[in-house]
Amino acid sequence: MNKNIKEQVLRSSGVNVLKCMRCGKCSATCPSYDEMEYHPHQFVYMVEKGDIEKLMKSESLYKCLTCFACVDRCPRNVEPAKVVEAVRLAAVRQQGGNRLTPDMIPDMLDDDLPQQAIVTALRKYAK
Amino acid sequence: METFTYYPGCTLRTKAKDLDTYARVSAEALGIALEEPADWQCCGGAYTTAKDEIATKLSAVRTLNAAKELGRPLVTVCSACHNVIKQTNYDISRDEDMAAKVNNYLRLPEAYTGETTVYHYLELLRDVIGFDKLSEKVVNPFKGKKIAAYYGCLLLRPSKALAMDDPENPTIMEDFIRAIGGIPVIYAQRNECCGGYITMEDKAQAQKRSSAVMESAADQGADMVITACPLCLYNLKKNSGSELPVFYFTEMLAEALGLKEASNE
Repeated sequence: MNKNIKEQVLRSSGVNVLKCMRCGKCSATCPSYDEMEYHPHQFVYMVEKGDIEKLMKSESLYKCLTCFACVDRCPRNVEPAKVVEAVRLAAVRQQGGNRLTPDMIPDMLDDDLPQQAIVTALRKYAK
Repeated sequence: METFTYYPGCTLRTKAKDLDTYARVSAEALGIALEEPADWQCCGGAYTTAKDEIATKLSAVRTLNAAKELGRPLVTVCSACHNVIKQTNYDISRDEDMAAKVNNYLRLPEAYTGETTVYHYLELLRDVIGFDKLSEKVVNPFKGKKIAAYYGCLLLRPSKALAMDDPENPTIMEDFIRAIGGIPVIYAQRNECCGGYITMEDKAQAQKRSSAVMESAADQGADMVITACPLCLYNLKKNSGSELPVFYFTEMLAEALGLKEASNE
């Protein structure tokens, strides 16, 4: 168990993972549930256990849409999306950890794609 | 005429010019002047919730502070800009550590700690102008048109920070639809995500999400869908596979006020 990463994720997210009562409502309401290997409630639980390296390597990090459904609908105000974000930041902040780089953008463009999509994706997938 | 500080954001200058143009002409007709602050920057598109992220929050604080220095509330139209600016404003007024770090960096003449009032354009219509006043000015009502309001995620959540409406049973866009003479359509997916930026790397997921939204609206008999967000508009039009038309709410507003033709000349 990597204690440093756990402490960093807890501090960065500002989330108290111990408040979670594992009702699973966050995962039930998540629009990316089917695309995720680890679901929002598992992020919360695995961070509590310090089992974070698996999460950092998982594609699930890039499936969260930051729609805040889990944040608003959690009966215990745990805010799972903030945990996902903190783990994703821990991954993309590593040297070479950028998921998306500006040179990849031209191939993704079409005539209607709003600039908003590009800046948001870069903010989410890169440092 | 009352003046408000207005933040258009990057996309309203480029791919979403309609959202901006119709917002401006309609505001003017309703007695509101919208003035941009000098040298505004892109908000970044997404709020970074992490407490150890400071640089990503600075552009929103600069905009909020510009409005404070001008002594006026700030008006946004794009759902994403609104979300970023509202969340920044919420956190900087409550998180002393974040406020201290931001202010240490910016070195403003006076520290910014959340003083600016932020309105989404829909809130401007509801809370400043009033939907009853708006309906009096409508010359081309959308009589008999069944209009589905698409809130998506960014206008409503996180509801503590956004504080626009009930996040599960919102009414602001339906009240807007009534004010312009249409019939609001309530449907299950109106406050679920369209897929957002995932269209950049996982088209299939964006298609799945946006088609779920459009099918839900069509099932309830909608003639059209309205949104405040350029990325929602993109996903609902390009990724959903649906034929149902999608419009910016400001375009509907301008049309109802009889301003659409004139603003295209």
